[in-house]
Amino acid sequence: MAAGVLSGVRQVLRGPRLVSAVLSCHGQTFSSAAAPDTGETVRDKILNFPITQPDYFHLSELFTIKDLFEARVHLGHKKGCRHRLMEPYLFGSRLDVDIIDLEQTAEHLQQALNFTAHVAYRGGIILFVSRRRQFGHLIETTARECGEYAHTRYWKGGLLTNAPIQYSPGVRLPDLVIFFSTLNNVFQQHVGIRDAAKMNIPTVGIVDSNCNPSLIPYPVPGNDDTPVAMEMYCRLFKMTINRAKDKRRQMELLRGISASV
Amino acid sequence: MVPQLPLRQIYVASSLWKKNLAAAGPQKFTQEFIDKQVEEFEVGKRHLANMMGEDPETFTQEDIDRSIAYLFPSGLFEKRARPVMKHPEEIFPKQTAIQWDAEGRPFHFLFYTGKQSYYSLLHDVYEKILYMRLIQLMELLLSMPYCSLEEEFILKFRKQLEVQSSKYEIPALQYDPQGVAFSVADGRRKSAKASITLRDSGSGNITINGRNYLHYFPVLQNREQLMFPLLFVGMMGRFDIEGSVEGSGHSAQAGALRLAISRALLSFVSEGEVEKMRQAGLLTADPRIRERKKPGQEGARKKFTWKKR
Repeated sequence: MAAGVLSGVRQVLRGPRLVSAVLSCHGQTFSSAAAPDTGETVRDKILNFPITQPDYFHLSELFTIKDLFEARVHLGHKKGCRHRLMEPYLFGSRLDVDIIDLEQTAEHLQQALNFTAHVAYRGGIILFVSRRRQFGHLIETTARECGEYAHTRYWKGGLLTNAPIQYSPGVRLPDLVIFFSTLNNVFQQHVGIRDAAKMNIPTVGIVDSNCNPSLIPYPVPGNDDTPVAMEMYCRLFKMTINRAKDKRRQMELLRGISASV
Repeated sequence: MVPQLPLRQIYVASSLWKKNLAAAGPQKFTQEFIDKQVEEFEVGKRHLANMMGEDPETFTQEDIDRSIAYLFPSGLFEKRARPVMKHPEEIFPKQTAIQWDAEGRPFHFLFYTGKQSYYSLLHDVYEKILYMRLIQLMELLLSMPYCSLEEEFILKFRKQLEVQSSKYEIPALQYDPQGVAFSVADGRRKSAKASITLRDSGSGNITINGRNYLHYFPVLQNREQLMFPLLFVGMMGRFDIEGSVEGSGHSAQAGALRLAISRALLSFVSEGEVEKMRQAGLLTADPRIRERKKPGQEGARKKFTWKKR
């Protein structure tokens, strides 16, 4: 039941060829046999209708490229720190400093926010991860205000891959992991990216010019070092999640269903 | 038609198919199981009360223990091996409550870190530390040149602290039957306590514990300590000093007397002079006391002889 949240989302947003891989790891089917037919179709409509629209939550009005520029999102690291796989996302470099292409960033950010909104709409668990001590408190506060979860501390080995032992048997894993910085304190890739990929949990990550975007399904090329930029990202994600949850409550009140999926 | 491949038996290590008993941890019981056990216990308690001919309503745990010892007498020495009938809460180990709601969403926002209570405490402490950072930044602002321009802004966050020594009340000037003004004050130094009566229109006699100060303090340094406050305000021959002192050694007693004299002088002296005395350190009590001896050392600081081997 809980794990079937994402299967519907993924089918539409990721393409049909991934359907079989997705459905095989979540072994539960989507519909239950006992509920009456009218209740089932209404709930299905609530869940499936937003996926058919390109921008159901009107997230494009949350930010403009000018806002990203003023928040210094376009500033990358120096040329020597550049990661090879980030080269497509870079606009160029000026005085040895890499500049990230804000048009691509805007597109990726739009897709990432849209995905987050759909996950939050369907009642998924979202985990904010970052290993930057400078912004840990800010991210934890953002997570608490959204009603979601945060992990800005030392990442223990089997948190996702060995979950029944690390927590209790029957724990529910996050349905989306958002990395505010994909590197850990030793400038290596955060273990959580690899673990989430292993457990088939989709990831949104803010990749700077020294990060590796390969294992992340929804990378957002952008600056992860400036406080202004981080505050902007936190604000955007908080607004998206709150908007999606409010919309869900609104839809349920309209259709008069109390139980959610 | 797919050709049939010959069947081969695949052998795997026994560790793969054996259940790892150690990794599972202590045996976990579901809440329903425990509820059923509690029900059975209550029913059994009533049966036991009926069997013993007692009232089921007022059947306490001691009565249960007594009945079981009567019905199942056991000669075993190990008390824990004897038959026991207790409430399931005491028998089954305490289960940690389920940390998430019906949909599987955990209650605490830091659940996925593993140590939610510890990290939530750190999260709360961080907000306090932000306050200390604010104080640091304000002090940095004050250390800059031209900080007087922002004085108004800074004063909004500052509260006037009273100077500690200004809290000391000046002793009241009293008059004895002859009309002579006198004041009384106390002073302390190390463990010496002194009390001084300063009489006006005297000739500079100093009496301590009933003896002349020349006899009580043969050492010049101590007599100088007594004279210093009067010398500082320039009223050397004006007062008669009568003092009593006890405790500690001669130097400490002299220091205590000096503090007492300075305090008694406050009532005879103007405001400006009081400030000057404060600046001179006459009114500050000396906080130095004997340092304690530490174990593993000869004294407070002296160590035992150091042997290389």
